[in-house]
Amino acid sequence: MKQENNKAHKFGMVIDLDKCTGCGSCMVSCMSENNVPFKEDESNKKDSITWMRVYKLTNGKSFPDTEIVYLPRPCQHCGGKGDHGHSPCISVCPATATDYGYDTGIVSQIYTRCFGCRYCMGACPYHARYFNWWDPKWPEGMEKYLSPNVSPRMRGVVEKCSFCYHRYQAARDTAYYEGRDDIEEHEYQTACTTACPAGAIVFGDLNNPFHKVHQIVKPDPHPDTRNKHVIGKSRNPKVFRLLERLGTNPKIYYLSEREWVRKQGDNYLDGEWDEIKNHHGSSSHG
Amino acid sequence: MDSALIPKGAKRCSFPKFTIGIAIVSAVLLWGVYAMFLCWFKGLNQTNMNDYYGFALWIWADLAVIAVGGGAFFTGLLRYILKVDELKNIINFAVIIGFICYSSALLILAIDIGQPLRGWFIFWHANVHSMLTEVAFCLSAYFAVLTIEFIPNILENRQVNKVPFFHHLAHNMHGVMAVFAATGAFLSFFHQGSLGGVAGVLFGRPFAVREGLLIWPWTFFLFTWSAAAFGPCFTLLITKITEVITGKKLVKDNVVYLLAKISGWMIITYITAKIIDTIYWAMVTAPSLGFTLSHFYTDNSFYGYWILVTEIIICGVVPGLILIMKSTRENPTLRIIAFVLGTIGICLNRWVMVLQIMAVPVMSFDTWALYIPSWQEVATTILPVAYGIILIAIAYRYLPVFPQEKELNR
Repeated sequence: MKQENNKAHKFGMVIDLDKCTGCGSCMVSCMSENNVPFKEDESNKKDSITWMRVYKLTNGKSFPDTEIVYLPRPCQHCGGKGDHGHSPCISVCPATATDYGYDTGIVSQIYTRCFGCRYCMGACPYHARYFNWWDPKWPEGMEKYLSPNVSPRMRGVVEKCSFCYHRYQAARDTAYYEGRDDIEEHEYQTACTTACPAGAIVFGDLNNPFHKVHQIVKPDPHPDTRNKHVIGKSRNPKVFRLLERLGTNPKIYYLSEREWVRKQGDNYLDGEWDEIKNHHGSSSHG
Repeated sequence: MDSALIPKGAKRCSFPKFTIGIAIVSAVLLWGVYAMFLCWFKGLNQTNMNDYYGFALWIWADLAVIAVGGGAFFTGLLRYILKVDELKNIINFAVIIGFICYSSALLILAIDIGQPLRGWFIFWHANVHSMLTEVAFCLSAYFAVLTIEFIPNILENRQVNKVPFFHHLAHNMHGVMAVFAATGAFLSFFHQGSLGGVAGVLFGRPFAVREGLLIWPWTFFLFTWSAAAFGPCFTLLITKITEVITGKKLVKDNVVYLLAKISGWMIITYITAKIIDTIYWAMVTAPSLGFTLSHFYTDNSFYGYWILVTEIIICGVVPGLILIMKSTRENPTLRIIAFVLGTIGICLNRWVMVLQIMAVPVMSFDTWALYIPSWQEVATTILPVAYGIILIAIAYRYLPVFPQEKELNR
C-alpha cells in the first residue's frame, strides 16, 4: 500500500510572473486545445469561458513608479484542507460530477454528470469554473479544427481547466505500449505550458524531486506551522500560492522577485505581511 | 354556482367575483410560466446570472420560501408533539403555506439547474459530503410529508367528505398525524440546517464560512433556528392578510397571541445566537483568513453596514422584542409591524447568505461584482407568489381551513 502511495503523482505548475508578458498565448492555446466555445463578443469576462484567464495586477502607484504584472490563472486543482482531496468545489458538488484524482492530484469535471446547479462555482474563490450559458458554437468551418481528444460541453453544465488530462492519458498510453510503468516529465505537458513563448510556465509532478516544478517550488510536505490546513507550502521565498491561508491548497504556484506581487497573492491584516513574508515552508524537511 | 363545494355555514364571495380575482392573478402566473419555459427551452442565458453569480435571485427566493415555510414544521411540532392544543386552529393554514412554499422551492430548483432533465442525478450520483445533497433528499421527503399533512384537509371538502372512504381516510390520517409531524420536524431540522450549511462550508469564501460542531457549521443551526423563529411570523402575517382580504376574522386572538409569543422568544434566542456568531466571525474567523469586517461592507455601491444593521437589529431584535412583551404583542399595529419586519429580516438574511457571498471579492486583485436580475428571473420569482395566492384562495373557498371561522363570523 505504501509502495502505491509513493507512486502517486501530484501534478502542478509554477508560473514565473516576472517572465509573463501577458501575451495571452496560454489562453488561446487552452481554448484551442480544449474545444472551448466562444462568443462573438468576449469582452464580458463574467460570462465568457476562459479556462485560463490572465489577470492584470498593478502596484497601485502612479507614474513613474507604476508596475504591472500579468497573472495567468487556470483551475488551481486544490487539494483542500490538509490536502485530503476535499477541494472547495469537490466537497460541495451534490452529484459527484467533479472529483479528485488521488493518483494525479487533478480535479476532474464529469460533464455528462453535471446537472448545472453551479454550487461549485460559488465555492471556488478563484472564479476558475465556468458555466455554459449558451449552446457551444463555432464559426462555420472551424468545427473541423476541434480536437477529437476532448469532448465539447453542452449548454447547462460547468467546465474548467483539466490540466489537459487527455495529454496525460495519451502519455500513459504511449508508456504502456512501450512497456514502461511511468511517464517522463516531457511526455505530459499542458497546452498553456508548451505555448508560452516566454517559458513562464513550468509543469510537472510536484512529488517528483527530478521534475523542474518540484525543484523550483520545493514544496513542504508537512503542515504549515502557522496553519495546519496548509500543506505543500513552498520553501522558495520567491514562490507563493493564491489565497493560501484559506487552506485550499492549490497546485498552481507563482514565482516573482517582486515583493508587492507576492503580497497580492493573499489577504493580510495591517502589519501582518511584514511578519508573514519571511515565513516559508519548513527547511528542516529539506 | 359552486355553493355545494363551499364548507357548510361559511360565507364566500360570489363565484364571478372569485373568478375575476383568480383570473387577474393567473395572468401574473402565466407571465411567470412563459418566462419559465423560456429558461427551459432557451437556457439560463435568459437570466443575468454569470460566472460570478452562479447563485442569484432564484436561490435567494428558494431559501427565502423555505425559511418562511418553516412555520409548517414548527407549528406542527408544537401542535402534535408538544401538544399545544390551541394551535389546532391555525395548523391547517400553516400546512397549506408550507405546502406552497416547498412546492415553489422545488419548482424554482427545477428552473434553476442548467440541465433540468438530469435533476435526478442528485439522488443517483449523490455526494454524501455535499450539503446540497442533504437539502435535496430532506426537501423532497419533507414535501411528501407536507402533502400527506395537506391531504386530510382536502378530504374534508364538503363533497369529497361525503364519500365514506375519504371521510374515514381523513379521520384516520388525523389520528396518525403526530407521526408525520415528528417526521416533518426531523426532516426540516436537516434540510433547513443543510441550507445554512450550504453557505457555511464554503471555506473558499471568507464571507460565508463558519466554524461549527463536527461536520456542521454554525450556519446549519442558525438556519434551522431562524426558520422555526420567523416561519410562524410569516404564517401569522399571511393569516392577517387573508383576514383583511376576506373581511372576516378567522383565528381567535388567543391563538395568534400564543404563536406570536412563541415566535418572539424564538426570534430573541435566535438573534442572540446570530449576534454572537457575527461577532465571532468578524473578530476571529475572518481576521484569521486575512479579512477585516470593513472588507465585506465597504468599497462598493450597495452592500454597506446598513444591511447588517437592518437584518440583525431592525428586522431581528425589534420584532423579537415586540413579540415577547405582552403590551406590544397585543397591540394590533405593533404586532403586524413585527410580523412584517420579521419576514423581511429572514428574507434579508437569506439574501445576504446567497447574493452578498457572491458579490464580495476574495482574491486581493478581484473586484466587487454586482448583479441585476433579468425580467425572466423576476417573473419566475413572482410565479410562486401568484401560485400561492391562487392555492390559498381555492383552499380557503372550498376547504374548512380555519376551524374557528364559523364561530367568529356568526
